[in-house]
Formats: sequence, structure tokens, C-alpha cells
Amino acid sequence: MNLSFFYHFGRYLMFIRSMLYRPEKMNVFFQRLFDEMSKIGIGSLPIVAITSLFIGAVTTVQTAYQLVSGLISKTVIGTIVSDSTMLELGPTITCLVLSGKVGAHISAEIGNMRISEQIDALEVMGINAPGYLALPKILAGIIMIPVLNIIAITLSIYGGYMAGEMSGILTHEQFVIGAQSSFKGFTLVFSMIKAFTFAFIITSVSSYQGYFTKGGALEVGESSTKAVVYSSVLILFFDYLLAELLL
Amino acid sequence: MIELRNVNKSFEDKQVLFDINAQFFSGKNNLIIGASGGGKSVMMKCMVGLERPESGHIEFDKRDMLSLDEQELREVRREIGMLFQSTALFDSLTIEQNIAFPLQMFSNMTPAERRDRVNFCLKRVNLENINKKFPSEISGGMKKRVGIARAIALDIKYLFCDEPNSGLDPITSRLIDALIDEITKEYGITNIINSHDMKTVFDIGDHILFMYSGKVRWQGGKEDLRQAQKEIKELDEFIKASYFH
Repeated sequence: MNLSFFYHFGRYLMFIRSMLYRPEKMNVFFQRLFDEMSKIGIGSLPIVAITSLFIGAVTTVQTAYQLVSGLISKTVIGTIVSDSTMLELGPTITCLVLSGKVGAHISAEIGNMRISEQIDALEVMGINAPGYLALPKILAGIIMIPVLNIIAITLSIYGGYMAGEMSGILTHEQFVIGAQSSFKGFTLVFSMIKAFTFAFIITSVSSYQGYFTKGGALEVGESSTKAVVYSSVLILFFDYLLAELLL
Repeated sequence: MIELRNVNKSFEDKQVLFDINAQFFSGKNNLIIGASGGGKSVMMKCMVGLERPESGHIEFDKRDMLSLDEQELREVRREIGMLFQSTALFDSLTIEQNIAFPLQMFSNMTPAERRDRVNFCLKRVNLENINKKFPSEISGGMKKRVGIARAIALDIKYLFCDEPNSGLDPITSRLIDALIDEITKEYGITNIINSHDMKTVFDIGDHILFMYSGKVRWQGGKEDLRQAQKEIKELDEFIKASYFH
């Protein structure tokens, strides 16, 4: 591990700390927060919905394909689809998709403001630029991405159920019995913990990458790429870490 | 008045400002001139707090910017307006929202009062009926004027202009110069202009500071510039290299 990791990690922590001041105007802050919630939440809904529906459908078909033994009840398909969706596919796949959509957008937006001196303009005015620009995005992500996770889980299970019924793999009753039989409340809690963690990673890492962009249009592109790559790697790392710690 | 004493600034191993001592006066156009890479922009960034020098003092009317805490620094910055080289207008906001932005953040004006102030500022820079346009929909000269309008939206004491004429045609450049001069004199602002344009120096400059290789080589009144040109080789080369001999 080279020293630049510690440099960036330290600067990232200082960046997060610099946001923790009272906003200059609360009404402006809340207006920005609601705007960001709309951008992240509503703006990401179509891609999350499409991804989730198909992931659920594919999981049902592939699970049925692997269940070659007639001794295993088909209700197991419902169990596997609902559990794997809640534990892994919902939060992790959704957040990996969002790291591309939301993360790249945040990084490009802030990076462009940096190279066009708009962040300098905020600072010269006496505005806490990280608090003004990044904090509403991070909070909006922490609020909206878990909501998107719930939607993703619901649609993914629905997609699995539809695929099962339309292809004749299993009946409506078999799917529902399977899904209900193994349901544990903690699975959903764990899924939400993951969604909160990943939301913070996506929004804070992307904001950091954008905020410290130097150069021109090429570097804005590089910052967006780094935001997506680092967010994705961190999501996978924390996915494993949370599973080790909490399951 | 703004005063710099013994200011030094480096980036990693490279020192870019060497023991800068300078004064910038209220109600005057203080011009910083010099070739690119001479340290003008870094000095301006140090003054507005975007860069922090390693040593020295930067005093805004006896308030040392380098010894203030973050909150006190923000208070002083609210007395500062800056016209950026790239104008730095917020491209997601309309012209009206751009100018109203500092008012919204730092005043208790009602929306109607803000609107009146925005219209006053736009009128002051000879622009009207562009309130609802976005920065991408107006010309470079108009953007500069909107930048000035945003800078004066609050009652500022200090105005910093980084290359106000860059990218503008000669006629628009003269209009911007005249506008900056009028506003400086009208409001008694300490105005600091970073420029390569010798026409600006001779048209509106009151106090001139010539920088070369990170050092202040000369400073004085415009009336003394011709004499200094004879004595300082680098200043002579700089002036002769411009179209204005």
C-alpha cells in the first residue's frame, strides 16, 4: 500500500469534516436537499426498476435450471429468490448501478464547477463549499438510496414471481409459500444497513473525487471514472465486511 | 486598504512568491501587471483566501487574514466581491438567481427586495431584460457584466478582478474597464485588477504594481510608470511587448 492512499484517505476525512458546519441558510439547504432527493430518487427510479425486475426474473429461471432433483420442493425457488434479493441482489446490484448513474453525475457536476472556478466563487463569497455542494447530495443519497433499495427488492421479487408463473416453472402459491417460509426481519434490516452504507460511499466518494478535480474537461472525465471505480470497489469490500460482521 | 507584508508562497518545492510587500488603496484601481507565470494570480488567490501563504501578513483594513479563524475569515470574505477570469457564474442558475445568490445567502431581504436589488445591479452594469436567461445564453461581455453585478450585489468593500478583459473584443474591453472604474469610484471600493492589458493600465490604473518572477519589481502611480520603464529592463520589455508603446 503506497503513501498516496493515506494522503487521499486523510484528505477525504478532512473533506467530510469540513461539511459539518451549520449551513449558512437553512431554507437554502433544505431546498437543495429536496432537489437532490428528487434527482437521486426519482431520477434513478427507471434504471433501478428495470434492473430489479430482470434480476428477479433471471434468478427464478436460473435457480429452476439448477434444481434438477425432483426431491426438492419448487417452493425453494421462492425462498432463494426472496432471500438472495434482500440479502445481496437488492442492495448490492442496485448500489453498483447507482454508483455508475448517481456517482458519475455527482463527480462530473462538482468537477465541472471546480474547473470553471464556480467553487472558488463560493469560497470567496464566504460559503462553506463542501457543506453547500456535497452535504445535500450525501444526505439525499442516504435518504433516497434505501428507499430505492426497498423498491428494488419489491420489484425483484415481483419479477421473479412473474417469470416463474409466465414460464410455468412454479405456481403463484409455491412462490409465495417459499418466499414467506424463510422470511426473517433481520434480513431486511441487514439489507437496509447495507443500503445506508453504500449510499454514503457512493455520494461521499463521488463528491470527493469531483471536489478535488484539477485541470480541464479530460480530468473531469477521469474524476468521474475514478468515482465509479472506487465506489464500486468499496461497495464490494463493505459488502463482504458487513456480511462477516453481521451475519 | 489592503496591505501585504513579507508574503511567501510555495507549491511543493517551487517558490512562486518571494517576500511580497505591497499596498492597495481604497477608492482606487490598483493594477497588478506582469507576464504569465509571474505570480499575479497566486498573489490574488492568497489575498482572497483561496491559497494560504507560508509566511507573511495580509491585512484588510488592519485585519490580518492569516490569523483569523475560519468563521472570522468567512465574515471578511462577505465584504469581498470577485470577478473571475472565467466569470464563474453558476451555470445551473439563471442570471437573476446568480445575482441574487449572495443576497439569498447573507441577507434577510424578502424575495421582492432581492428582485429589486437584482434589477438595480443589472441596470448598474447596463443590462436589462436578461433576468430569466442562463449564462450559456449570453455573450462573453454580458457574462463579465453579470459577474460584476453579482460582485456588487452585497455592499462590498473590496473588489478583485482577475483578467477582466480576457477573451473580449477591444470595444467591450473598454466598456468593462469604464464600468469597473465607475463602480470603484462610486462606492469607494478597494479594487485590485490583475491584467496584461496595458490599455487598461493607462486608461483606468491609479496604482500599479509590476511583478516579475514572483517578486514585486516596481510599484507606484501611473504618472511614474514611464520613468520606471526607463529604469527597469523587465518593465520596459513588458510594456514594449504590448501593442501600446
